Amino acid sequence: MATLFEGFTLCGLVQTPRASDSAIQGIELDGDSDHAVVTDSTRAVTLYKVSDQKPLGSWTVKQGQLLTCPAVFNFQTKEYVVVSDNKVIRVWKEEDLNLDKAFKATVSADVWRVHSAPGGEPVVLFQRGAVRLLDSLLSVPQQPIEDILSEEEEDIRWSTNIMAEKQHFVLFTTEQRGEHFLYVQRLNPNTLQKYRLESEDSGASPLSFSASLRDKHINLLYLYPNGCVYQSVVAVQGPVGLEGVQALPRSLRLRLPVGEGELGAASAVALDEAHVAVVGMPHPSARTGKDFLCIWNTNFQTLQAGKEMVGRIRGQVWCYLGKLFVPHGKALSVIPYECQKSSLASALGKLRHPGIAVSKSSVAIPSWNTLLHGDQPQGPTKIVDTRKSKLRRKSQSAPALTVDQVLELIKTGPVEEVRKEVEALVSRGDAQDLQLSVGRLACHLVARSQVETAFYAPVALARLVQTQCLCHSMCPDLLLLALEHKDYFLCQLCLQLFPDIPEGVTCACLKTFIGVPDGDVEMVSLEPDSVSFMEGLVAAGARGGQQNGFSPPLFEDSCDPHHQPKPPQHQDKKNPTLQLEVCPVGLHKAVLLNEVLQTPYSDNLLVPHLKDLNAPQVILFLQYLQFIYLKYSQDVYTQTPVLRSPTMTQIIDWVCLLLDAHFTVLVMAPDAKGLLSNLQSFVKSQVKLFSELGKIEGSLQELHKMKPSKDISQYSIEVIELF
Amino acid sequence: MFGKSEENTKERDDKTSNCFLRLATMGEFKVHRVRFFDYMPTAIRAMAFNAHTERLALGRMDGSVEIFNFADHYFQEKVIPGKDSRSIEALCWVGGRLFSAGLNGEITEYDLENLRPKYSLEAYGGPIWTITSNSQGAHLAIGCEDGTVKLFEVLEESIQFERNLDRQKGRIISLSWHPSGTQIAAGMMDMIRVFDVPTGRAVQRLLVDRGFGGSKSRETVVWSVVFLSDCTIISGDSAGKVQVWDGHTGTLVKTHLVTKWDVLALSVSKDESSVVVGTSEGTVIQFQFIAPTLQQQQDKEWVRTRTFKNHTHDVRALAEIETAIVSGGMDTQLVVRPLLEKFDERSHASALRKIHFPHRNLVFCAKKAGLLLFQFPGQLELWRLGESDGHGKPGDSLPLKRKPEKLLHLKRKGEDHICCSALSPCGGWLAYSTMSSVRLYRLQTDNNDISITKVPKLPKILRSAHQLCFSSDSSKLFAASSQSSVLVIALSQSECKYVHTLKPKSGSRQPIHLMTNSVDGKWLATANSDCEIHVYNVQKLKLHCIVPVYGSCPSAMGIHPTTNNLTMVHADQQIFEYSIVEKQYTDWSRKLQKQGLHNLWLDRDTPVTHVTFNPKNPEQILLHDMHMFCIIDQSLPLPDQKNQFYNQMTLRNLSEQERPSHLHAFKICKTFQDLLSVSLLDDQSLVMVERPLLAITSQLPAPVRQKKFAT
Repeated sequence: MATLFEGFTLCGLVQTPRASDSAIQGIELDGDSDHAVVTDSTRAVTLYKVSDQKPLGSWTVKQGQLLTCPAVFNFQTKEYVVVSDNKVIRVWKEEDLNLDKAFKATVSADVWRVHSAPGGEPVVLFQRGAVRLLDSLLSVPQQPIEDILSEEEEDIRWSTNIMAEKQHFVLFTTEQRGEHFLYVQRLNPNTLQKYRLESEDSGASPLSFSASLRDKHINLLYLYPNGCVYQSVVAVQGPVGLEGVQALPRSLRLRLPVGEGELGAASAVALDEAHVAVVGMPHPSARTGKDFLCIWNTNFQTLQAGKEMVGRIRGQVWCYLGKLFVPHGKALSVIPYECQKSSLASALGKLRHPGIAVSKSSVAIPSWNTLLHGDQPQGPTKIVDTRKSKLRRKSQSAPALTVDQVLELIKTGPVEEVRKEVEALVSRGDAQDLQLSVGRLACHLVARSQVETAFYAPVALARLVQTQCLCHSMCPDLLLLALEHKDYFLCQLCLQLFPDIPEGVTCACLKTFIGVPDGDVEMVSLEPDSVSFMEGLVAAGARGGQQNGFSPPLFEDSCDPHHQPKPPQHQDKKNPTLQLEVCPVGLHKAVLLNEVLQTPYSDNLLVPHLKDLNAPQVILFLQYLQFIYLKYSQDVYTQTPVLRSPTMTQIIDWVCLLLDAHFTVLVMAPDAKGLLSNLQSFVKSQVKLFSELGKIEGSLQELHKMKPSKDISQYSIEVIELF
Repeated sequence: MFGKSEENTKERDDKTSNCFLRLATMGEFKVHRVRFFDYMPTAIRAMAFNAHTERLALGRMDGSVEIFNFADHYFQEKVIPGKDSRSIEALCWVGGRLFSAGLNGEITEYDLENLRPKYSLEAYGGPIWTITSNSQGAHLAIGCEDGTVKLFEVLEESIQFERNLDRQKGRIISLSWHPSGTQIAAGMMDMIRVFDVPTGRAVQRLLVDRGFGGSKSRETVVWSVVFLSDCTIISGDSAGKVQVWDGHTGTLVKTHLVTKWDVLALSVSKDESSVVVGTSEGTVIQFQFIAPTLQQQQDKEWVRTRTFKNHTHDVRALAEIETAIVSGGMDTQLVVRPLLEKFDERSHASALRKIHFPHRNLVFCAKKAGLLLFQFPGQLELWRLGESDGHGKPGDSLPLKRKPEKLLHLKRKGEDHICCSALSPCGGWLAYSTMSSVRLYRLQTDNNDISITKVPKLPKILRSAHQLCFSSDSSKLFAASSQSSVLVIALSQSECKYVHTLKPKSGSRQPIHLMTNSVDGKWLATANSDCEIHVYNVQKLKLHCIVPVYGSCPSAMGIHPTTNNLTMVHADQQIFEYSIVEKQYTDWSRKLQKQGLHNLWLDRDTPVTHVTFNPKNPEQILLHDMHMFCIIDQSLPLPDQKNQFYNQMTLRNLSEQERPSHLHAFKICKTFQDLLSVSLLDDQSLVMVERPLLAITSQLPAPVRQKKFAT
């Protein structure tokens, strides 16, 4: 799947006089991966730090001069290169402030573009097709430049350069009387190959080109106004020395829905072998407007992600290092994206290039059958793979069982053996491997336990869960099984590590945890970090230090600020503060409850399940929540840095949820009365505190607004002028 | 002087000479910005409004009494200086006569013509908390610490004790006559008593509840009480309650708890439809006698309607006048809060007015010597200004070469507070007057040493002065005396001799509040509270002319050094220029009157308190009020209503070429605020004495109610 993340604006765009013009000529990379060199359509080059969205430097040419090509970064000399007024090449460094004082050289022919790529020298492409390395050109700026494009009507439409291993290519397309040609200029030795692009029936010109290097082939992707995205492949080690114009075969990769009419300003850029980002096209599910940025999977012809770009899209998109740069409306937006291999692709290994696959030595997943029917591992691919892995494992000298053997073992073997084998498998397996096998192992283990009540392998299951390759949906019965077997450690692990526990199961856990007698839990060994956190929390009350504006007398008081706090002798045993200092549940139980608090949930789904709790359970849980809320309101919160602890917000959310679910019950229950009123008064005191803080904030904010008043002393001699 | 400075400039480089030329020609000034005058007004304790004369009498904590003329733009007409032993708890008008009573146990009547107490009478009842007259003006009632209400008969020239009403246990804090004069309500501790005046019997006893909580154990002080014609009694007490009582039956009708602190003052409007109360929180709350619903217009009741918060501290004194609520208290400012429903449109009169500073000079500047004299009620301070030799661009602060220096701290003798003082232009003489004596000192400064010698024998006739003023050559001292007369005293190294008494022909008995003389020593102009301005020829020692009387009191005036034109600014902000020689208004003045002053000038709410001139540029008149400093350039066109009046910012941004077309005569600078004085020294530098209100506020005691952050 591909994802478009929340974008951000890198910079605003100036409005160009003609609507069709873009405000941006080009965006190039710099030595720093977080930098972008943005050349606008007129006179300025700006260097941005992308993550900070702020400009680091800006250079402009004089009024009257015009930048005619996007600035590029010379990765070898760490200099920027730009061309102004077609013929003047300017070279400067980041620390240079003034572009006019930078190095300048006037060449004898009009320059089309300067191209630069990491690991290569910048090349200069002239408008008539000649190519020079920048260095050699600058050494003799006035050297004669030959015309490659013979006829006058032939003009360059697009160009790029590509570094392929040790080869440097300059690609450009031209248009001549409705026909389009691709020139592939190879440098050192210099060869030039001309290809004719197959023309579209409509005679339309391609809207955009994008070239990428993949497996020693240059892939050229081009988009036509009718929504067709074609791909042509040119081999890097191409047929050298072929004279004349070759026809370039193309294949249709994608047919985009264009809605009514044709695409106007649109652009497609290849993100990886399977994904193409397209701007300026309509979203299939949105009725109107072509202002979308979409990522399409070319293999499956599916739309993977889409985002509406506000404002006019100019058919420009750049893609660098996981970020798409799209000028639209009045802004240049940067949209990070991620293209994961789609699951079908990864599952079938269909698109995995054999070379890469071998080098990663991952165990390919057998077949559809394995996935769909689980227990019928058959098919030639699988056998090959397992054999391969078997060989590899053997070479690792561990006499261990394969996944399938372990699976077989699980069906019948005793607990101890299963544990051993599972541990062995898990400890040697690599991530790719585990992802799939762990799920199956767990499912098998759980299935057997469900059938044979005597069989339960807690250690093996815990080990599997700890691989973090498991999730609830892979093995839905695991958590319930653990609950059934009172394996609280496993429950804790699952709660900690499963991102997708359904609210119903969470609630079941909660119910079990609350209901379990303290004695039962205290013997269980739980995850030590969480236990020590809870110990710290309980112990902290003894210190008695209280912060955060909370003072115990306030508890019983009304919020009348003039109410005198009662003297301490009034606080008898019934003082709720003292009661609340004691944790209402045992330590380990508290640890388990904490895990529940931290489980992700959606409140709409959780509330109905919460109703399953009975009144004593609710009260106990609420008491516990109040206890830890109180603790947090004291200084403990800040003083115990623990990786995993419920946050204040989580606690409050749970209190709200409980109250939502059981409000009537709580109001009716006499036991809950004190609890609720304590809770209310505590919340009130907190609200008061925060309102005071709000006031302070307001006052302090006023300080900001105050102008620094001129300090006038007792006496001064000043000069005034009256007109 | 001008020529000399030009000579000097030739020797310097072009840059400085340019600077100097600009300094001389353009309106560029070096300014001594003085903020070390620690003037501190005292808290307002009592006030009484005389609806007939539209005068407000204001009593302050230091025993001084100020009279404001509400008919003439709230101008502070008269100030009766205080006295250490005098305290004022309450003020009361009887016709045009003003009485006060205080905790020293005395009743005082004031002589408003000579600005002194006329007489004081011991009441023999211990400290007096309140004094009030009946509506007929025939009797005064005072409330004493010993629990008696004493009645005094108002006679032609004095008052006479008549009788005591039934003596009560506990002090009488507040009193109010029933308009019929037959009953008196008295606020006491924890109760209100109603007395029948003819018999002197207490006929009602209204018990006032104590406060809640901790204040339960404290007695409730009924700080203020009013008795209305329908026998309703309204009281304000220390428990923060305003209570409405039925005086016939002695029953409580309604309690309004308005504050957590004290309700200190009450005042009822003339038509008895509205009562305002002042609290310790600094709020003034209005109650109105209205029907609670539109349907039941008959059943009126006292309803709390509006709250005004213009004070930070106790509101100790209140008066509800025809169109406004006047309040004063611990924060020393007098606030006139217009009741907007009484105005049809937004105007000058409907704006909130705060009076912070006295409408007269407390700062005197020796222009030649660069000395400043600050007048406090209890002492005088003489300062020498600092120096700087740098030049700078407008807006710059110049480096100080010498810091200002306090040369003298002169404490007054006796109990009476200083009422006026003067410093001679050369800095060689200093004089001050209290109600009982005038003192004259000879000052000698050589380098850093200063010596002060009291001039021993002053003429007997010189007993006290309303105003003092030295002639510009320091050879004469003018002292404003009773009935608008001026004593002329000749000064010399050896002696000090009475020369003459200048008397006005009008026979006005009002005191002189402004006095100025000409640089050539020929003319002396005086202004009195009757708005009369007399010009005397000092050389011939006779009255030269009377300036046509204008309806508003002059608040500042000055005689031009070269043309001898008298420039007067009145409380209503009008400006007149009168040629003393020709005995008529000047053409410029006529032109100004014909065209009228700009509305923005007329809308200012503080009077101009100083007029001075620029000897180097005879066209310039320098004026200031509390919030601005202004140079009027008579050579420039007058602004009409369409012109941008405050145009300095605009001019600053214009080019030299464009500027002349935008200029007008009023060049106003608001850079300096809370101005007490502006004067121009002979070296062309300005002295601006500022007293930031914030500095005054910071010296006040903490208010009862502190503003907590963001509340």
